[in-house]
Amino acid sequence: MSRLGLATAAAAVALFAAAGTIRADSQDYELVERGRYVAVAADCVACHSVPGGKPYAGGVRLDTPFGALVAPNITPDRETGIGAWTEDDLRRALHEGIGRGGKRLYPAMPYPAYTKMTDEDVRALWAYLTTLEPVNNAVDVNQLPFPFDIRLSMAGWNLLNFEPGRFRPDPRKTEEWNRGAYLVEALGHCGTCHTPKTALGADEDDRALEGANLQAWYAPAITTDTRTGIGGWSKEQLVAYLKTGANHATIASGPMAEEIRNSSSKMTDADLAAMATYLLDQPPPGGEAPARLAADDGRMRAGGAIYQDSCAACHGGDGAGQTHLFPTLAGSGVVQADDPATLIRLVLEGSRGVATDARPTAPAMPPLGWRLSDEQVAAVVTYIRNAWDNAARPVSAADVGKVRRAVAAR
Amino acid sequence: MASKLPHKDVVIIGLGWSGAILANELCDEGLDVVAIERGPWRDTAKDFNIGYAPDELRYNSRQELMLRPAQLTVTARNNAGQTALPMRQFGSFHPGNGVGGAGVHWAGITWRFSPADFRLRSHYSERYGAQAIPDGMTIQDWGLTYEDMEPCYDRFEYLAGISGKAGNLNGEKQEGGNPFEGARKRDYPNPPMMQTYGPTLFAETTAGMGYKPFPIPSALLSRTYTNPLGVTMGQCTFCGFCTNYGCANYSKASAQTTVLPVLMRKPNFEARTLCEVMRVNLDSTGKKATGVTYVDSSGEEFEQPADLVILCAFMLDNVRLMMLSGIGTPYDPQTGKGALGRNFCYQMANQAVGFFDPAKYNFNNFIGGGATGMAIDEFNNDNFDHGPLGFLGGGSTRCAPIGAEPISKRPTPPGSPTWGSGWKKATRDSYLSNLSVGCEASSYADRGNFLDLDPTYKDRFGRPLMRITFDFPENDVKMSAYVTGKVAEIVRAMGAREVVENPRTRPWSVVPYQSTHVVGGTAMGADPSTSVVNPFLQSWDVPNVFTVGANVFPQNSGYNPTGTVGALAFRAADAIRSRYLKAPGPLVHA
Repeated sequence: MSRLGLATAAAAVALFAAAGTIRADSQDYELVERGRYVAVAADCVACHSVPGGKPYAGGVRLDTPFGALVAPNITPDRETGIGAWTEDDLRRALHEGIGRGGKRLYPAMPYPAYTKMTDEDVRALWAYLTTLEPVNNAVDVNQLPFPFDIRLSMAGWNLLNFEPGRFRPDPRKTEEWNRGAYLVEALGHCGTCHTPKTALGADEDDRALEGANLQAWYAPAITTDTRTGIGGWSKEQLVAYLKTGANHATIASGPMAEEIRNSSSKMTDADLAAMATYLLDQPPPGGEAPARLAADDGRMRAGGAIYQDSCAACHGGDGAGQTHLFPTLAGSGVVQADDPATLIRLVLEGSRGVATDARPTAPAMPPLGWRLSDEQVAAVVTYIRNAWDNAARPVSAADVGKVRRAVAAR
Repeated sequence: MASKLPHKDVVIIGLGWSGAILANELCDEGLDVVAIERGPWRDTAKDFNIGYAPDELRYNSRQELMLRPAQLTVTARNNAGQTALPMRQFGSFHPGNGVGGAGVHWAGITWRFSPADFRLRSHYSERYGAQAIPDGMTIQDWGLTYEDMEPCYDRFEYLAGISGKAGNLNGEKQEGGNPFEGARKRDYPNPPMMQTYGPTLFAETTAGMGYKPFPIPSALLSRTYTNPLGVTMGQCTFCGFCTNYGCANYSKASAQTTVLPVLMRKPNFEARTLCEVMRVNLDSTGKKATGVTYVDSSGEEFEQPADLVILCAFMLDNVRLMMLSGIGTPYDPQTGKGALGRNFCYQMANQAVGFFDPAKYNFNNFIGGGATGMAIDEFNNDNFDHGPLGFLGGGSTRCAPIGAEPISKRPTPPGSPTWGSGWKKATRDSYLSNLSVGCEASSYADRGNFLDLDPTYKDRFGRPLMRITFDFPENDVKMSAYVTGKVAEIVRAMGAREVVENPRTRPWSVVPYQSTHVVGGTAMGADPSTSVVNPFLQSWDVPNVFTVGANVFPQNSGYNPTGTVGALAFRAADAIRSRYLKAPGPLVHA
């Protein structure tokens, strides 16, 4: 994506925002370009493409608590994609969770977020999708077990959990704030990963963006909590993270690395700034921080020794890390999250930071699960969570075993 | 029959320091570049896990990162009267293999050669008269000046994040830097590394003797650094596992930690690993390369056509590929005619080990790094008067604690038992209280030292092996004895109660490790009768072939070579970008 292209996309967005609905030829460059940008911001490619496969031809397997779903082919292939769909079919899918022919979608497709998309964005997205190369790739979408495999069950789910309706700007807030809200809540569907889910798999609306576990990762809180969230980040630091994958404190890896690679690194600076404005303007969720473990606790002593041996060379004795290379552990939300799954997983199997044009290094955390037992991982993770000014509940060997098994099963 | 592949603009042989720099520069020029690398893909994330990167048995004793003789070796002899035999285990030097090349397992000491180095024969003739250069010593000028190299050194130092202290900024001497260095336009990108006790004592002692100690310029980083390509490196932790190891902390500059993260993202670059180039193909005139032929790991042969072929492999392999491809005139030691294989040189690695009173001295030698330490340059190059000495050359003297690996670093004083409880006691007494000071010294060309193709021994593809004919010339042996004596004086002055001097002596042996700084064979120069490539590293005979590596050194300086190899990579890249592509053909008319 060239800078010129981004600028053009931004200009197109601005134009549409100003002019309201503009009727244009569906092959119109500006409409298609806006649709491409909507697809980027909505990160459609994350689910609807497999690495190395044709874009949007489907195939990513999503493991939900209810079973597996595979994201469908959304290229304009008539037989296996959406070539026989109309723009209204797409609108209904995004806004109501109902596919062509009345087939109910599963909310793994984030229609509870996309229902907030503007008609203009849906229209642009449709225009863009019709320009894609049709790929004949049949995808067996529904791999859920009984009774979840019955799509009609989603009618009941929707009744309980789904509130259709477009995004409503808050007139008391700035245009930027509202743009950010739209991007976070609708297109970016951040809550799909970051908002805790009910037993039925729906967003716990009163705990929006407080962190959630899925695909054996814990997507950390992106609230303004200063301990577990991103309340300590400035707007510029949050924009740097979304744009380049790295900021003063951390580097994205895991599913967020994919999001940055495919989506936010390709968004306009103005949109990223808007998202940051919105996210950092939310009230902190409150709640008491757990008491910090005493330094002479046996787990802290054992964990501290392992930390000196295996972690301190990169992350430093003070947990400060090295900017753009080794994440800061002191004060980190991922480290202090109530659910330690991501932290444990990083220690067990390592990870690789995202590479972007601005930050191409892509440093790696080496896997240590082959040389540390569950007890040792629990000790070192407990130490990291309670060293310096950190505070979080201790982690048990059983917690580590659970993550080790979940990771091995993938 | 080779399968013919689609055309590329540039094929680069070898993806180490030089290959990565050239590829990145030429991709920026918009060219389609493919690098063909005989070894495996390697990167920090996948291969240098903090949990096993410092495995001495694996990486030092068994040389896992290096070329294995079963894949390719060389034959060696001391003089033309002997029959060369193959090296069945690499001892004296360790050729690299795989992405990053020897630049993965180097120590990280990164010098600029001195201004006199680049016009060595002229310099000595001017100062001492032409007769001071012995018959048979075929040292020569490089065909360029230090001033030509300065911007290239600068680019390499900023790419690699070298930590050091300038000694000469635009002609102004800088306190605490090397007073003998050539003028640099700006300081190193990073401050010097911290010093442990040994180098600190060395600096105090040598300063007291009237010398000017300065920190060794280091490719191990003194702080977090983001290079001009946007790649970030980390601060060195002094773990002591650099030489022979990959760095797990992103702290040692290598192609992996400086260039490849950017290069591999470029859509016009492709790397093919585990592919060994058989030869550079020439057209019927023999004056133009048409590409290369290579064999992949399944034994399948491919022809890769290209407009430009750049040899960036290990120096011995660059020389050999030119010989196997018929590029250049092979050297004849009888007549002295021909330049291909001529001026093969090495590095005189001298040392004095001091054994100190363990009750008073604890050097904590296991805290170290391949390029930490302090140096003096009073006995290097022509920084001292050679007039009365009867030899030319010298070396950089330094106290560089590279680490004290538990298997191999067990120095004991002479006369100690070599096994049993007596040896254990001597080891225990000496481990913390011994200190070595080295002098990495020049190696000057000699008419009898050269490279050619072995008449008997072949590689696994049936191609003749490279044959090394080499011994330390009389001049260098005299120089070694002199500088080692000076080093020993320093170690005694530091307080050692016993000092062992290890100067290089004849004959050269392939068995003990000495240095991987083998150089020459395709010397660069302004005169095609004594050089294989011109001052832009372009073949005199086949102008669309360039080569970058220590193989273009006409002789070796008293410095480690990598800084100069890196600078030459930028020089070649610049010559191709700003001159060759505008008018493909010879850049210098002989």
